[in-house]
Amino acid sequence: MVKNIINVRNLSKSFDISSKEPGLKGTIKHFFKRQTKSLKVIKDISFEIKEGEIVGFLGANGAGKTTILKMLCGLIYPSEGSILVSGHLPFRRKENFLKNITLIMGQKQQLIWDLPPIESFYLNASIYDLDKFEAKKRIKKLSEMLEIDEELFIPVRKLSLGQRMKSELLAALIHEPNILFLDEPTLGLDINAQRNLRKFLQKYNKETNATICLTSHYMKDITSLCKRVICVHEGEISYDGKLNLLLKKLSPVKEISIVCCSEKEANKLESSGFTVKNKIKNEITIKIENKSITSSLKTILNNFDIEDLFINEPPIDEIIGKVLIKKDYDI
Amino acid sequence: MLEYRVEIALWAISGIIPFFMLNIWTNNNLNESINISDIMLSRYFLCAFFVRQFSVVWVVFSFEEDSLMGKVSPYLIQPLNPFFRYFAQHLAEQITRFPFALIIAFFFFIFNPESIWIPNLGILLLSIVSTFLSFLIQFLIQSIVACLCFWTEKASSIEKLLFIPTLFLSGLLAPVVSFPAYIKSWIYLTPFPYLIDFPANLLSGNETNIIGGLSMQILWIFLLFPLFKKIWSEGTKKYTAMGS
Repeated sequence: MVKNIINVRNLSKSFDISSKEPGLKGTIKHFFKRQTKSLKVIKDISFEIKEGEIVGFLGANGAGKTTILKMLCGLIYPSEGSILVSGHLPFRRKENFLKNITLIMGQKQQLIWDLPPIESFYLNASIYDLDKFEAKKRIKKLSEMLEIDEELFIPVRKLSLGQRMKSELLAALIHEPNILFLDEPTLGLDINAQRNLRKFLQKYNKETNATICLTSHYMKDITSLCKRVICVHEGEISYDGKLNLLLKKLSPVKEISIVCCSEKEANKLESSGFTVKNKIKNEITIKIENKSITSSLKTILNNFDIEDLFINEPPIDEIIGKVLIKKDYDI
Repeated sequence: MLEYRVEIALWAISGIIPFFMLNIWTNNNLNESINISDIMLSRYFLCAFFVRQFSVVWVVFSFEEDSLMGKVSPYLIQPLNPFFRYFAQHLAEQITRFPFALIIAFFFFIFNPESIWIPNLGILLLSIVSTFLSFLIQFLIQSIVACLCFWTEKASSIEKLLFIPTLFLSGLLAPVVSFPAYIKSWIYLTPFPYLIDFPANLLSGNETNIIGGLSMQILWIFLLFPLFKKIWSEGTKKYTAMGS
C-alpha cells in the first residue's frame, strides 16, 4: 500500500494586514494610528497526499493555493493545525527535510543573474553536499532530460524565459528531491516550452516516484499532469478528488453537432425527442447525457441520414472556472 | 567586462574618506594636539582605508531587497542559512577589491614617500586577523538589523541610525585617541572602536593594547552571534514570503 507522504490536519493561516486611506490625511492617520486586521487566508483544511502522487491545487487568485504550498515546504509558519511532510514538521526546516524537497516559483529565480547557470548548479550541489563528480553526473542527466546544453554556459540574463525556467528546474532538482512544490511553473512560457516542461515533470515523476504538488492557472498543466485536484475557494477546500470525476460531475452532458443530409432530416431529428441546443438549416446541435451517449449515437446513426458528426467536449477552463468562483457548487 | 572592472575600481575609490580626513588633519595641524606625528597619522589613515576596504558590510541592503522582492524564499528552503550566501559574497568582493586597494596604496606612497613602512610579520598577521574580526562584528550587527525586515520591511532605515556612531566612533574620521578622556572610556565599551581604530592602529604601528583589543573583538562576536541566532529564529516565524 502506498503511504501518505503529506498529512495536513485542520490547518489555518492568518496574516495581519494594515490598510491605509488615500491622500495626505490618510497617510498621517496611518503613520500615527495604523489600522490592522487579521485576515484568515487558510481556514481549517485537512488532506493527505500519497507518495508519488501528482496533485494539482486549483483556485482563483488569492484563494490560498500558494499559501498552502508555502506552508507545506516550510517557508511560512502555520497559525493553527498540523503539517507533516515526509515525517517532518516543515517549518522547523531541518536539514534532512530540506534535502528532500524543492520549491519552484514561476518568475522567481534562484539562479545568479550575471553568471552562467552552470555556476549556480555547482553552488547548489555544494549546498546539498554533492561531490563534484556526482554533481557533474546529475547536471548531465538533467540537462539531457530538459534538453538544454550550451545554455548552461551563457549568463542567465541573456537566456530566454523558457531556457531560464529549464535552468531553474535543473538548479532546483540537482539534489533529486522526493517532493516537488511547483507554484505556477509554466507562467509566461510559450506553448512549446509549457509542453516540454510538462513532459519533463511526467518523466521525472515516473523515474523517481517523486510527489508533485502543483498550482497553475493553465488547465493544460493540470489535465496532463494531475489525476487528483484539490480546489481551494477562499481558504477552504471545495473539492478534493479525481479530476475526471470532477469534470464528469460538473459537465454531465456532451454536445453533439450533426450535419444532416437535408433540412427535412434535421427537422425529423429535432422532433425526435433529443434536447436541441440550436438548429441552422441542416445543422443541428443536441445535448446528450454522458451515460447514454453510446446508445443515443447508435439511434441517430441507424435512423437518420447524416453527413457528418462532431462530439464537442465542453471547454475544461469553463468547467473548472465554475468551481473556482463558487464555494458551494454542487459537486 | 569593462563595466565590471570600472565598478570594482569605483568600490575601491569610494572608500577613500580616510585620505580626505588625513588631508584635513595635516593641513590644520590637528595631530599636534594628540601627540601623533604626521607620518604616523598618514600611516593610520592609510591603514584605516585598508581596514575599511576589507570590513565594509552591506548585508542589510542586500537582504532587505531580496526579502521584499521574494528572492529570500528559495534560499530559505535550502539547507544553508541565507546569510552564508551574503557572507561569501562579501568575502569574494573583498578579494576582488584587493588589487585596487594595492594600487591606491602605491599612489599614496608615491605622494607620501616618508610614510613607507614595512610592518613585521607578526603584526601583519594580527592585523589581518583583527580586520577579519572587525568584518565579522560589522557583519553580525548588520545581519541582526537585517533580520528586522521580518517585522518592519524597512530595516535599512534602522541601519542608518547606526551609521552615524559608526562613522564618528569607529576611527574613520579621527583616531579614537583624539576624543576627550571621559568620552573615550565610554567609546571603548562599544563595538565601534574595534571596527577601524583598533586594527588600523595595530597595522600602522601606533601604540595600542593588542590583547585587550583582540579580546574585545572576540567578546563582541560572542555577544552578537547568539543574538543573531535568536532574532533569526524568531524572525523566520514571522516571514510571510511577500513578493513571491
